[in-house]
Amino acid sequence: MNQWKNFSKGFIKENPTFTLLLGMCPTLGVTTSAINGLGMGLATAFVLVMSNMVISIVRNGIPDKVHIPCYIVIIASFVTVVELCMQAYTPSLYESLGIFIPLIVVNCIVLGRAEAFASKNNVFSSVIDGLGMGLGFTMSLTLLGAIREFLGSGKLFGYQVYSDHYGILLFVLAPGAFIVLGYLMAVINKLKKA
Amino acid sequence: MATKKDSFLNMVLALFMVTFFSAAILGFVYNITKAPIEKAADNTQESALKSILPEFKTLGKSQMIAPEGGTDSLEFFPAYDKSNILVGMAVKTSTKNGFSGLIEMMVGFKPDGDIFGYQVLKHQETPGLGARMTTWFKDISHPKRNIIGKNPGKINFTVNKDGGDIDAMTASTITSRAFLEAVKRAYKGYMSSFAANKDSNLKGGKQ
Repeated sequence: MNQWKNFSKGFIKENPTFTLLLGMCPTLGVTTSAINGLGMGLATAFVLVMSNMVISIVRNGIPDKVHIPCYIVIIASFVTVVELCMQAYTPSLYESLGIFIPLIVVNCIVLGRAEAFASKNNVFSSVIDGLGMGLGFTMSLTLLGAIREFLGSGKLFGYQVYSDHYGILLFVLAPGAFIVLGYLMAVINKLKKA
Repeated sequence: MATKKDSFLNMVLALFMVTFFSAAILGFVYNITKAPIEKAADNTQESALKSILPEFKTLGKSQMIAPEGGTDSLEFFPAYDKSNILVGMAVKTSTKNGFSGLIEMMVGFKPDGDIFGYQVLKHQETPGLGARMTTWFKDISHPKRNIIGKNPGKINFTVNKDGGDIDAMTASTITSRAFLEAVKRAYKGYMSSFAANKDSNLKGGKQ
């Protein structure tokens, strides 16, 4: 398979958030600001790349009947590694992402890629796939977070752009996440057809 | 693609190997990150203490005290100047009545019970709404919101909606109530445990 296509499919064509609609829980939950979205996306991307890599290495040594538990253990280990590192080196990001970091374990993007891709392809393609999907996810979360932060509190990546007095509070709250997600999906669909 | 057969031995072996290596890796990472995590936690506490207390020389040993009739215990951090006189008391307090559960914070009092400063340590409140409590109640340009310099025992320390003297955050009354409740709990605990028998409890900064 063409590796560039393999990598770039995660951004628009098979974007996990806007096209596959996977991992909606962290998508809607943490994207109250661009930084949160970026942090969450990168954490997930790391887990995706590492778990894709390890799973495609060990895929032939694991009997079919127990492959799901094995994959989950591998994924959970990497999530815990990420969690510990964030707690140690980026405590404020760790605080603001809170419960959503351990929940990367059950993010269906990670297990979905392991099942659909890494268990059938070689190590290199799997890493590329994980990287593309992870960065695609990061891009969507950052975009969503930036729009919500800008409309809701007048900030962009923490910098005040206009007075938060005029911010539309709704966009920081859960309904705003759905509205922004809906419009972004419409835009992405348009781009795909073009 | 040839995967291993589903024999009992193969399954046990595969599961064992996967969990074994995971455990090894986690143990390794845990060891590396243990010290930085503790340091990060200490740093937050220390900078919180510095920002909410009057200038101090030494910190006394912190004490956990369960207030009478209260639920959870409060943690007290007495601060002394160089001649060992109490200049302030930081109280770690919390409430479970926030809009999204637990709010943990540290409140600094002057010896007479006036609030010197506060710092929210942990919360899950809505960004843009309840989360504004981290700065709302110390905004000097709005004297009715500001709780710094006020004494919870002398004024009606509840939100204006409940007839009190403090302006609640717009659209976040629940968080505001919880916040003031936690501050008041810290104040009460401080007054009942220390102010009453000041001498016995506070003599000699280094216990």
